[in-house]
Amino acid sequence: MELAHDRPGTTRLDRRDPFDWLYLLALVVGAGAALYRYGDAMDAYDTAILLLHLPILTAIGWHWKAFRTWTAAVALLSLASLALYQGDLARAEEAFALKYLISSQTAIMWMSALLFMATGAYWLGLLARSDFAERSGSTLTWIATAMGTTGLLVRWYESHQMGPGMGYIPISNLYEVFVLFCLITGLLYLYYEHRYATRRMGAFVMVVVSAAVAFLLWYSFTRDAHEIQPLIPALQSYWMKVHVPSNFIGYGAFALAAMIGVAYLLVERGILASRMPAPRVLEDVMYRAIAVGFAFFTIATILGALWAAEAWGTYWQWDPKETWALIVWLNYAAWLHMRLTKGLRGALLAWWAVIGLAVTTFAFIGVNMFLSGLHSYGAL
Amino acid sequence: MQRSTPRDLFELLSSMRFAISLLTVLAIASVIGTVVEQNQAFNAYLNQFGPFWFPVFEALGLYSVYNAGWFLVILAFLVLSTTLCIVRQTAPMLREMRSFREHARELSLRQFAHQSRFTHRLAPAQASEQALDYVTAAGFRARTSTRSDGVLIAAKQGSAGRSGYFLAHAAIVLICIGGLLDGDLPLRIRMALDGKATTAANQLISDIPESARFGADNWSFRGNVFVPEGRSNRYAVLGLGDGILLQELPFTVSLKRFHIEHYDNGMPSRFASDLVIDDHETGESFAHTIEVNRPLAYRGVTMYQSGFEDGGSLLRLRVRTLVAGTTGAEPTLEAAVGDSVALAHAHYRYALELTDFQAFNVEDFGHPDDEVATTRERFERHLGSGASGAARRDFRNLGPSFIYKLRDEAGQAREFHNYMQPVERDGAWFMLSGVRDSQAEPFRYLRLPVDEQGGLDTWFAIHRLLFDPERHAELARRLAARNLGADGADPQILQRFAETARQTAALFADKGFESIGRFIETTIPEQERERATDLFLNLLQGLAWEAWMLARDEAGEPELAFDAPRAMFVHNTLSALSDSRFYEAPLLLQLTAYEHRQATVLQVTRSPGKPIVYFGSLLLVLGVFAMLYIRERRLFVLLKNDGETLVALSSNRRTLDIDETFERHAAGLRSALGQPTQASEHDSQRGT
Ligand code: HEM
Repeated sequence: MELAHDRPGTTRLDRRDPFDWLYLLALVVGAGAALYRYGDAMDAYDTAILLLHLPILTAIGWHWKAFRTWTAAVALLSLASLALYQGDLARAEEAFALKYLISSQTAIMWMSALLFMATGAYWLGLLARSDFAERSGSTLTWIATAMGTTGLLVRWYESHQMGPGMGYIPISNLYEVFVLFCLITGLLYLYYEHRYATRRMGAFVMVVVSAAVAFLLWYSFTRDAHEIQPLIPALQSYWMKVHVPSNFIGYGAFALAAMIGVAYLLVERGILASRMPAPRVLEDVMYRAIAVGFAFFTIATILGALWAAEAWGTYWQWDPKETWALIVWLNYAAWLHMRLTKGLRGALLAWWAVIGLAVTTFAFIGVNMFLSGLHSYGAL
Repeated sequence: MQRSTPRDLFELLSSMRFAISLLTVLAIASVIGTVVEQNQAFNAYLNQFGPFWFPVFEALGLYSVYNAGWFLVILAFLVLSTTLCIVRQTAPMLREMRSFREHARELSLRQFAHQSRFTHRLAPAQASEQALDYVTAAGFRARTSTRSDGVLIAAKQGSAGRSGYFLAHAAIVLICIGGLLDGDLPLRIRMALDGKATTAANQLISDIPESARFGADNWSFRGNVFVPEGRSNRYAVLGLGDGILLQELPFTVSLKRFHIEHYDNGMPSRFASDLVIDDHETGESFAHTIEVNRPLAYRGVTMYQSGFEDGGSLLRLRVRTLVAGTTGAEPTLEAAVGDSVALAHAHYRYALELTDFQAFNVEDFGHPDDEVATTRERFERHLGSGASGAARRDFRNLGPSFIYKLRDEAGQAREFHNYMQPVERDGAWFMLSGVRDSQAEPFRYLRLPVDEQGGLDTWFAIHRLLFDPERHAELARRLAARNLGADGADPQILQRFAETARQTAALFADKGFESIGRFIETTIPEQERERATDLFLNLLQGLAWEAWMLARDEAGEPELAFDAPRAMFVHNTLSALSDSRFYEAPLLLQLTAYEHRQATVLQVTRSPGKPIVYFGSLLLVLGVFAMLYIRERRLFVLLKNDGETLVALSSNRRTLDIDETFERHAAGLRSALGQPTQASEHDSQRGT
């Protein structure tokens, strides 16, 4: 996420260690293999998107070492799953490792469980001042996000195994994007944990992630939302594949900022003050998160408009989902301006960020629940 | 604050606080339009809000909030405020971007939040040279100014970030303006200028007055074109408020064929229209297929696949009267979806409106999720592949169905939904006919059992006799004779049996099982009811059988042997008969043949603002990223001739990493000037 290079040469070549080069090599080989194996099934966009991942993943991995290991883990788990499937979905019931570990649904269930555990660990760590518990918290979060990502990747593969024309990138319905939300928020948090060298904020951030997991489970158990459904025509668009992820970087970052806001407000009242980072640190994290969120949400909204222009014939027609995206965006634009305005700092901004989460949540699920509109997926 | 002079007004409008309030107000205003569904038919609003509030909300423009005057005013203010803001900021920002502040006074440098001092032992010239090297190596652009007591190296980095401000904020203005060009505003202005006015919807194109028509030269519009298969259209319909306008297109659109493709589970996988476009000016003509997410742009007009409807499919229908005792021919008629036909009959008089036709009806017959399954099983369903659910599904195509309305003289209409082919339900085959009194309710389905010939004749025959009071005595007599043996049996008993049977028939003919049940509850003591119920059921089945046989007899067909399947048929017939008492229509339409014709609905737009908006969006992204991620840093190194050194750092954004950056540069400069670094070389993960 972090684009500002305050330390000169964070990505300068002379600062690379051997693993950075190994990582890059692995990425290149991976992309090459994909092109070689599936190249003729891919069109220009697919190829472009694949290649685009090289610089992005490299940049993140070089700037944030732990990410390299995570990527490797996800790659291995996913490949293992594919190998076990041998192109036959029925194997998910037979092969033990698939049924109980790395088939898409199971992996996502693991993600859910691990995220709950991580939340618990962080709180234990915070209240009992236990460094060990906090470390376990991060480890669990790392594993959880790896599992979740594997789950989505494998789901992608499974959808293609269901039959010709059935396959799609699994970020296309409310269930899938909720998994995405958990992943992105989790990873974002882990990044800030590394960037600010403190695990204390995990207890707060993981609460919102757990809430998302709770919804995810409710949604899939009461509505069978986890069943793969092919894409209706309106969703068969390249814009969607970029629109949705950038949207969720936005949602994730805003959610994170809000939880930091909560922490800020508590600390300001002296609650947990001795345990949490200083208010000015929290304030800084809040700003960074909202900045990231705002930047990507801007992109997402624009991509959404480009997509709408193709699917519905108008880049903007004030459909409830669109409008609420705008509301969210305006809200954080206002927030950023507040921060620039002299005198307006601290508590007010924190409150505003917390309220921002309420608005964001409504834009995210509330609209699907209460308002009718063109956004065809995930009517509750 | 007081706004006496224009200056103050300018101050206010371009102030950050005003911007913030504006953004907030805009956000809140936008909410309204998501709560009230926009651009619906006005009578829908009338029903929703009632006669009192309807006009009030209309006046407030709540039915089209985002085109309402007051909303546009807010937008205008945003544009104004942003513009003024840019105007106001331009001069100072440009100055900021250019200047190095190389004349900053030592005193002011000492005020900086980030500044530290040390002394070096190098020769002044060498010192400034090495400091300069360090600063430039660290990615700063620097300027040195010599002053009485030494040199000041004023360096800066990331001034480009400031340009982000102009990009992002200019973008806002562009996007708003572009958006306005594509909204209703241009249309309304043109209407005002050319004295045009909307007209009522759903009338023939030829009836639409000139005052409601726009020529092909109209440069901004958005509307729908409706083209049935094998037909053409050169007009788009623009909806505005409660009325419509007719927009002529510079070309004619003809639909060769409309395609819907489905996945195995019946979900649609593709909508596409094979079009032929005939240009009016150049006279050229070409074929093109458009589908969802694959629009076609031609002559500045973009066409999108936005929907489809029935394009007037031809239906051949058999009218089956549900009036007991009526014999005689049941007419067949042919009509197209969309037509309205007069149905006249001795017992009724209706306007038949054919409203819709569906060639496919895919339904899931798979057992529902919560059939006998332990918690564990249900949990395990959520493991494994995401495709596992598909195994429990069982999608079947029920074949064609159609929807029609029967409107009586009073104008009251009921809606019916009938399938063409029988459907299997728990072992037997039925024809489904749904009825409902209003759009709001779901259809209640009458299940008519199909006979051994796969038709409904038997059921209707039984219906005709069993519900005809005139025939009850006869049916009863036949039943009595069959059960007790025609002769031989005591005439008294025969008599009584027949009488009971007749009464039963009469009861049943009234409200089916309901009246039987009520009769039992009112007249028969608790303990004997069960027996009585069985008795009645037997009688009814007997009567139904008799009706069946009598009908065959009259049609000159031989008697049938009573067996289990036929018993089942009789059973289902009785339930259907009973339900038919609540069907609330004296006739039922049976679809015997059809000729499917679909129509495509294209959205056509001419949006001059689009390029402006897209360009604005690009600027916005660049600007936002520049503002948020290009950090402006100013580094000052004051080298006094006596070796005393002052290092100061400033930035236009108050973020924590400045501390870190400052420490690093302070340390860096120390070592560059040959001083032992006190501040430990920080590691990248330094926290609080
Ligand atoms: C939808 C409307 C607007 C959007 C999306 C927007 C967006 C932004 C963003 C993202 C920033 C950067 C904040 C940061 O770096 O933390 C910014 C800064 C700023 N905005 Fe806006 N803005 C809008 C309207 C306005 C208006 C109406 C004004 C003037 C009244 C204004 C004045 C400023 C100023 C003065 C800055 C600081 C620039 C700097 O110091 O580099 N903005 N704006």
